[in-house]
Amino acid sequence: MTTIVLADHDNITLDGSTARTVSAAVELGAAVHVLVAGSNCAEVGSAAARLSGVETVIVADDAVFEHHMAEPLAALLVELAAGYDTIMASSSSTGKDVLPRAAALLDVMQVSDIIKVVSPDTFERPIYAGNAIETVQSTDPKRVITVRTSAFDAVAGDGNGKVEPHIAKLGSFKAQFEGENLSVADRPELGSARIIVSGGRALGSAERFDQVIGSLADMLGAAVGASRAAVDSGYAPNDLQVGQTGKIVAPDLYIAIGISGAIQHLAGMKESKIIVAINKDADAPIFQIADYGLVGDLFEIVDELKAALESRAA
Amino acid sequence: MKILVPVKRVVDAYVRVRVKSDGSGVDLAGAKMAMNPFDEIAIEEAIRLVEDGTAEEVVAVSIGAAPAVDTIRTGLAMGADRGILIKTDDRVEPLTVAKLLKALIEREQPDLVIMGKQAIDDDCNQTGQMLAGLLGWPQATFASKIEPGDGTVRVRREIDGGEQMVNLPLPAIVTAELRLNEPRFASLPSIMKAKKKIVEQIEASELGVDTTPRLKVLKTIEPTQRSAGKQLGSAAELVEKLRAKGVLG
Repeated sequence: MTTIVLADHDNITLDGSTARTVSAAVELGAAVHVLVAGSNCAEVGSAAARLSGVETVIVADDAVFEHHMAEPLAALLVELAAGYDTIMASSSSTGKDVLPRAAALLDVMQVSDIIKVVSPDTFERPIYAGNAIETVQSTDPKRVITVRTSAFDAVAGDGNGKVEPHIAKLGSFKAQFEGENLSVADRPELGSARIIVSGGRALGSAERFDQVIGSLADMLGAAVGASRAAVDSGYAPNDLQVGQTGKIVAPDLYIAIGISGAIQHLAGMKESKIIVAINKDADAPIFQIADYGLVGDLFEIVDELKAALESRAA
Repeated sequence: MKILVPVKRVVDAYVRVRVKSDGSGVDLAGAKMAMNPFDEIAIEEAIRLVEDGTAEEVVAVSIGAAPAVDTIRTGLAMGADRGILIKTDDRVEPLTVAKLLKALIEREQPDLVIMGKQAIDDDCNQTGQMLAGLLGWPQATFASKIEPGDGTVRVRREIDGGEQMVNLPLPAIVTAELRLNEPRFASLPSIMKAKKKIVEQIEASELGVDTTPRLKVLKTIEPTQRSAGKQLGSAAELVEKLRAKGVLG
């Protein structure tokens, strides 16, 4: 019995989330294969083969897979499904988009966003914005699973898997890719950052958000996150939103600045190892889960924080 | 254009749910219920497409026991034209919902299905994608903008690194992201008008779909709670504590 993991990548680099999804796959106890479907993506295939625990990397290299569209990827998974008893992907936007389509085509009920493997057919997953954890057992002959990667450690990079090309049977697909607008990656990715500095609506403007949150993040080598309110107000782009329906993160340190701590935001960051909250409202719900809190004017406090960090470094 | 919008009755987003101590599930007794927020956004988008002349009809559909009619009525009060309740007392999983919707869609023949990207109770984020797969229709998930064209719909999607633009021929499935729109509050005249709108009720068994769940829920527990930590006196103190914990690298 074998598990296949759909790799996350941009055709050039393998995303760090794949090493965590592989880690969950390894816990199922069966051999693990990784599927790299992309365009001119040989480098990604080689990188996947170096993940510890990966037996084989299947590379499906075709222009149709360049933009990770759901129809061709789901069709490919269905084409390959006969050889596998579990299909896994991370809860990346691609994983979330593609896997349920494949699951329905295979007549399998997907288990979304697992945080723990209890046994090859039994998993824990969060519901109600992480306020409850349900243990579910799949009764289907195959499993289709998405993995909440923040709940798993990455496997090491000392693997020695083999790479096999696969020529996909291609049909015609209806949805057409027209373009994309991706953030320039000049800071660590939210999904893999050790430290995240996150801002709320209290920052007041996109300029101040960048000045205050961005510069503190850069001092700490951190990623930048945002609350829904900050994104809705236009202070930060949507892909920085941390929360129940945005990014789920679990860094070593999460610094929440001017974020009140709505249930939906907490759902995205409450598994962080250390949480620091800075807010002028002593009753803000975020202080209920923060390990350390500072009440006061966030602009003053962040200035003091930066000064303290600089003098520490000196 | 005819638009079908599935809507789900869920616990209100601001309710802090309690987990039953015997592990049997979440305690919903007396909890305030509401339309899934993402489905409100879907209904709002559909109504705007009628208001701007692109679509002629919005049909709100829900699946569940009799109280789900309230959720459909909310959609009608916002401006949907008519409603359909697929009645069942059983727990239905996304795969079952997708199959029931497919059977209904074969009857109703909508051009576009707009639905919330996920329900805030089970947080599955699967139904729209499953429905698209079963129908063989194109899908555009996490839509932050929908632009109808000539027999097509162009959608801006929110993805991990930013945004993606796709163009789909109709019929198609689009799932709504938070920032697609801000749903309206139903006005009093609209609520009164809605009382006269029709809600058809169909038994799930009439649609020829096996509703048996594939997942067994073995137990439901509370996650480990974090407790409130220390209020510190200064930023300098914070830096000291973080350095001592070794997180500052």
